[in-house]
Amino acid sequence: MTAHPILDVRGLHKRFGDHHVLKGIDFTVEPGERVAIIGGSGSGKSTFLRCLNFMEVLSEGEIRLDGTRIGLERKGTVTYPEKQLCQVRERLGMVFQQFNLFPHMSVLDNVMEGLVTVKGLPKPEARRIAEAELAKVGLTDKHSAWPGRLSGGQQQRVAIARALSMQPEILLFDEPTSSLDPELVGEVLRVIKQLAEEKRTMLLVTHELGFAYHFATKVIFLADGVFHEVGTPDEVLKTPSKPRTQDFLRRFGEFAF
Amino acid sequence: MEYSWDFGPVLERFDMLALGLLNTVKIAAVSIVLGVLVGLVLAMMRLSPRRWLSVPALVFIEFYRNTPPIVHFFWFFYALPVMLAVSLDPYAAAVLALSTQSGAFYAEVFRGGIVSIERGQWEGGRALGMTHAALMRRVIVPQAISRMVPPFIERSFELLKTTALASTLAYADLLYQAMMVNAETFRPLEVYTTIALMYLVLLVTASQLARLAEARLTAYQ
Ligand SMILES: Nc1ncnc2c1ncn2[C@@H]1O[C@H](COP(=O)(O)OP(=O)(O)OP(=O)(O)O)[C@@H](O)[C@H]1O
Ligand SMILES: [Mg+2]
Repeated sequence: MTAHPILDVRGLHKRFGDHHVLKGIDFTVEPGERVAIIGGSGSGKSTFLRCLNFMEVLSEGEIRLDGTRIGLERKGTVTYPEKQLCQVRERLGMVFQQFNLFPHMSVLDNVMEGLVTVKGLPKPEARRIAEAELAKVGLTDKHSAWPGRLSGGQQQRVAIARALSMQPEILLFDEPTSSLDPELVGEVLRVIKQLAEEKRTMLLVTHELGFAYHFATKVIFLADGVFHEVGTPDEVLKTPSKPRTQDFLRRFGEFAF
Repeated sequence: MEYSWDFGPVLERFDMLALGLLNTVKIAAVSIVLGVLVGLVLAMMRLSPRRWLSVPALVFIEFYRNTPPIVHFFWFFYALPVMLAVSLDPYAAAVLALSTQSGAFYAEVFRGGIVSIERGQWEGGRALGMTHAALMRRVIVPQAISRMVPPFIERSFELLKTTALASTLAYADLLYQAMMVNAETFRPLEVYTTIALMYLVLLVTASQLARLAEARLTAYQ
């Protein structure tokens, strides 16, 4: 099998007004790759991830998914039809720091929602898939619970099940454990690790450098709006070549690999 | 000086007051329904990114917020007919005044409910591939409704009390009927005490019903 990039980003810029956050990023993801993105607070890690599924509109640049350019270019201006963006987002699952579960739906309904509303599956089939995804994240006994009654770790696992239910080709995680109490981080990381073992294609923004080391096939250090250093976990996290990366890692102190 | 209470003459004419109460309930119910429709349209206009929709809605709402309600009653009853060269009966004029007033306030209630939903909810739905319409229908509006309930109920109570202004147009609501009974009995103390109690019972009953509805709509919180 010749690996062709499933995701291909060219010349990505993102500005918020005068604030130039991403300054020309080229990036590809091959099937089965697991990319960890690290960097200082406010360096644009979330923004980068959110550009990939068009939660943020690109200021410049283009993104190809499986070779197909997203957006319609006409006379120099690019428009993004809602229908196309919805299809893209269906193929890129996203897990947020704050879970973003729907509080007015039961856990099971949260996981069924995309299957029924977006994919248009009949309810019994959606239920079957949702139950399987919830079993996978270890929440079989919480089907009828309100999300607000669950612990943060459980909520995040529901959110992962919800993203998985759509059978996404790529999973995007934006600091999935950052808002969790320390004792709940492990249960979420275990689920992500299990997804890694299944060889799923994933992008993970994280401050858990120890986890990133074991998780990733590629690590990116984002600084000053560019990919400052890119390489294997060993290259970037153990023997970084750029002073800026070394500095960043030093400030994080010792972390156990 | 000792006043001797006598509810007898008033209670003899209780059927007049009951009719007034019925008319009060009727005009309130009709105005709430129409007010909700007006409010929905105004709220959608206000939420629109298109200024030619949002600005007129804002002007309409601000106009109503900054003018006395009785002026609206007089305007619809005395002024609008001049403009349109048709005459409105007191009921129609009062319904127009009440439903446009409440519509202006309901619009802010509806809009407030929608914008109070956290950005994360939009993002959670969008990330699944939901369209804007589906997101609204499945995620935003259901949550917004439960937040709208308390201010909506408060506004509806205001409307219920404002219906008394319809008596100034000679609409036979509870207050107007009370004035009629008073004219026949010359017992203002008994008459107006009686209708105050009737308003009280009406509003307390309504608030109990509202509390039940509120409990159902906010079950998940
Ligand atoms: N919607 C927005 N409008 C204006 N500025 C924004 C917006 N979103 C992000 N920014 C700015 O862009 C920069 C990058 O933000 P981003 O959230 O991507 O950083 P981050 O690397 O994810 O940081 P953190 O580690 O704190 O999550 C920040 O300076 C932020 O203030
Ligand atoms: Mg971030």
